[in-house]
Amino acid sequence: MAGRETQSIGTRLVVLVPYAWLVAFFLVPCLIILKISLSQTVLAQPPYEPVLDLSAGWAGIRDFLAGLSADNYATLAGDTLYLASYLKSLEVAALSTALLLVIGYPVAYAMARAPGRIQAVLVMLVILPFWTSFLIRVYAWIIILQGDGLFNRALGLVGIAPRPWLATDTAVYIGIVYSYLPFMVLPLYATLQKLDEALLEAAADLGCPRRKAFWTVTLPLSLPGAVAGGLLCFIPIVGEFVIPDLLGGSQTIMIGQTLWTEFFANRDWPVASAIAIVLLCVLVGPIAAFEHMRLRDARRRS
Amino acid sequence: MRRLSAINLTALALGLAFLYLPIAVLVLYSFNASRLVAVWGGWSVRWYRELLRDDAILDAARISIGIALVSATAATVLGTLAALALTRVGRFRGRAAFSAMIYAPLVMPEVITGLSLLLLFVALGIDRGFWTVAAAHTTLTMCFVAVVVQSRLIDADRSLEEAAMDLGCPPFRTFLFVTLPVAAPAVVAGFLLAFSLSLDDLVIATFTTGPGATTLPIRIYSAVRLGVKPEINAVCTVMISCVALAVVAASLLTRAGDPAKKPFAH
Repeated sequence: MAGRETQSIGTRLVVLVPYAWLVAFFLVPCLIILKISLSQTVLAQPPYEPVLDLSAGWAGIRDFLAGLSADNYATLAGDTLYLASYLKSLEVAALSTALLLVIGYPVAYAMARAPGRIQAVLVMLVILPFWTSFLIRVYAWIIILQGDGLFNRALGLVGIAPRPWLATDTAVYIGIVYSYLPFMVLPLYATLQKLDEALLEAAADLGCPRRKAFWTVTLPLSLPGAVAGGLLCFIPIVGEFVIPDLLGGSQTIMIGQTLWTEFFANRDWPVASAIAIVLLCVLVGPIAAFEHMRLRDARRRS
Repeated sequence: MRRLSAINLTALALGLAFLYLPIAVLVLYSFNASRLVAVWGGWSVRWYRELLRDDAILDAARISIGIALVSATAATVLGTLAALALTRVGRFRGRAAFSAMIYAPLVMPEVITGLSLLLLFVALGIDRGFWTVAAAHTTLTMCFVAVVVQSRLIDADRSLEEAAMDLGCPPFRTFLFVTLPVAAPAVVAGFLLAFSLSLDDLVIATFTTGPGATTLPIRIYSAVRLGVKPEINAVCTVMISCVALAVVAASLLTRAGDPAKKPFAH
């Protein structure tokens, strides 16, 4: 009986410790954002009010609730700058996810077709850049794309006049596709690699040309991988900050940058929080789809 | 044996070139004697020598490595526990919410994670610095560790653990002597992943840091915003080399524990 008791305590701790950590450092902070987004900016420390005063008991809670308002959301709705910023982020994320699919699919397909013993090496080669600093990889593109950089000089060799590439949308798309390519290739590869080759052989036996077999068998079956990779890229790209900040121009203001400016330059914490909450609402659909895919995959594995 | 068609080979070559050329350019230019990118001034280790004299960068590197060590250690413990909870404990109340909280931070935009943690620290009245960044990084990276270890535990053969339990081995000893050795390669890989993610993070660190805890990415970012600097190329090359070594070590370790996955076994 004593053994059982220790077992259940040990087992409970295994669940409880990480659970408590995530509640304290993930769930509670998300609720705090929601609370601050309903607060007002003041010149004080902390720079918002109302501040929940639990020592005042019920009166404190009542005053706190009475002090909340949706003014910050009205600010967001009232200024087209914010709407333009959200739309720009969604546009950049959608277009770069499409580009990632077009570029990532052939790479993943070739990886899955490679001889078995070099597949592991290829997987490692694709993962390696993901481990290398994001910031460093974006910085590398500044060296390449700047005015007298390698890209313009390479274009010069084939007789194309140099153009400014930095601070353009093109640079942002290049940076995003480059940084997120492993996130697209790996889920696609995982699906393509599991594909039952007997299906393709059956198609060939029945006289289906290889090209047609690709469009009617391989492509539809690899769709789950494409959706998984797409969501894995789309969701974080919408909130991307570093890439548009370093490679983009002032005409490409994505919502991550707007939030950053509200917080660090304008020191308006409540509006920054409201931006974050609206961003979360925009992303709730894609995040739920991501969860759904993951659960289906987990069920299939177990 | 299958052979790659010309189209597949081209796709692979172009894809890998796209992934590696920018890094190669960066490494190459860190050895450029000239300060200007437009001019190749011959090979030189001048920028590495200057790096050794740059106290601001060295301080930032020390702080970043400290934070990465602390947070990766904590994340490995918490992430491994979380993976055990998801694969070995069975049903418990709030399991779905728990698993959602493990996966949500993986795709959550960093600006939101950073802002939310900063607001938590402010609400609690905690002074920001080394420990707040470490706690923030632990939260993000423990989820990566949990996913890596969980995947290993799902694939692992459970009959060994069941045999140990059937023979009367208490659960904790079973975990220590049977489950942990099976999961070990993934735990090590998880630690290295957590370490490199922490070393790399700019956005969350900027939100949660305070005076005296300027990390290397924050330092690099403020330099990079003003344009290309050869010293920065040198720092980046050093960081890339460390990460490459760690990844190769991790992948060898992962395979050492799993003979079936040896790529060079014939």
